[in-house]
Amino acid sequence: MTGSVEDLLRELAPQVLGVLVRRRGGDFAACEDAVQEALIAAALAWPADGVPDNPAGWLITAAHRRTVDAHRADAARRRREDAVAAAVPPGPVPGEDDTLALLALCCHPSLNPPSQVALTLRAVGGLTTAEIARGLLVPEATVAQRISRAKARIRAAGGRFGDPDDEARLPAVLRTLYLVFTEGHTASSGESLQRVELTREALRLTRLLHGLRPGDGEVAGLLALMLLTDARRAARTAPDGALVPLDEQDRGLWDAAAIAEGVALVTAALATAVPGPYQLQAAIAAVHAEAPRAEDTDWRQILGLYEILAAIAPGPMVTLNRIVAVAMVRGPLVALEQLDAAAGDPALAGHHRVDAVRAHLLDRTGDADGAREHYRRAAARTLSAPERRYLLDRAAGR
Amino acid sequence: MKYLVLIHSNEHFLERWAGLTDAQRAEFGRGHRALTDELAASGELVASEGLADPSLGRWVTARDGAAVVADGPFAEVKEHLAGFYLVECETADRAVEIAARVPDAVWGLVEVRPVLSPAGPDL
Repeated sequence: MTGSVEDLLRELAPQVLGVLVRRRGGDFAACEDAVQEALIAAALAWPADGVPDNPAGWLITAAHRRTVDAHRADAARRRREDAVAAAVPPGPVPGEDDTLALLALCCHPSLNPPSQVALTLRAVGGLTTAEIARGLLVPEATVAQRISRAKARIRAAGGRFGDPDDEARLPAVLRTLYLVFTEGHTASSGESLQRVELTREALRLTRLLHGLRPGDGEVAGLLALMLLTDARRAARTAPDGALVPLDEQDRGLWDAAAIAEGVALVTAALATAVPGPYQLQAAIAAVHAEAPRAEDTDWRQILGLYEILAAIAPGPMVTLNRIVAVAMVRGPLVALEQLDAAAGDPALAGHHRVDAVRAHLLDRTGDADGAREHYRRAAARTLSAPERRYLLDRAAGR
Repeated sequence: MKYLVLIHSNEHFLERWAGLTDAQRAEFGRGHRALTDELAASGELVASEGLADPSLGRWVTARDGAAVVADGPFAEVKEHLAGFYLVECETADRAVEIAARVPDAVWGLVEVRPVLSPAGPDL
């Protein structure tokens, strides 16, 4: 019972905040405080009294009263505010869902990505400051500062709710949701178990966005990419926390339902929408997912997808992943030649992944000494702890 | 991305510190406070502390479950850690920019090290 009230509140929070911000003309900070208080009131009252017939209306009315209470401190305004409060009808909630507008506001261009992530998790995800701090592995005070600073920035930049450029901000919204997901998608278990909350939250919000914009190929692509990536979670780490690479993962541990949903989503999106980077990455993940064993992987199809991805959204990681696919289709020697050419790119110079890929390719040509040396170099440069352990193991020949 | 900004010191720098006027020392303190406030306001500050004299440090090793504790740094060690800032910022360039604002960077030496992340993509 408590669980379902919590889920309901989390789902309603952005709608209620949206309606309130719309009515009050964008005083985001005051509205957010009021919504938080209304949510607390509901969390206390509903499990005992039952969920009201119109839960969203209940929350909007309660939150609205809180904003009025806040203004009562200002005696000169009391009468006027009471009149305004009395005029607010208790029900029904407007048919439109403000979640997208709220997401767009949280991804305001005046904010840097860490602030966009923190504000989105708080305002749209309904996570507490403490939960966000645990997920992002920073102190609670830092998250609180990021959120209050972000609100001040939006205000200073003149950001208004329902700005006409909601659409234009969709790429920033998708990037923020993907950032939340990748923050949570950690390779190690144990101490960072709570980061799964972030993955779950990113999936929930992206699913919500997909519900609002079912025809958008990139929204569908991002949801598919998250589902297909998250489906491998149980297989990605060994019991001792070590990282298990894709081709050594126990595919029986992959979440078949999530894979089926992800594959269906990306297949439908690619058939109807203009292909974008998220759809292509999801399609690549789908090809991996569809192979019953690593050696059954359709590398030709993956190489083709990486070539399209390199054409529409080039980047250093796309280049390297494409070279890995080249090795699988045309052999390690051709791939090593391409790697030499690519390593000259300043974006890749000194990158640990170049060393890791080179080590892997040398391994396949039978040059064990060369492979060991490059695994060691990659291990010294990576910023991921589980990946470093994995690379050191490889360097040691394990 | 988190970066640790390490403030290094040694006997030479300590001599120069001893030779500063009170006004210069106050200016130094204000520089640290201003930087801390600014990083807190931008949400980039994770933690920042100055460290006590290295002679107060203890060297600890654990052997067979028992801790072996020794005093201060070994005699020949001149360089020591004087303090740190742990920041979370978007790029390595920004971390270097922050490090250059640390007052110690003007007359001492400051190091920027990326922090290992627990997350890793599928290989």
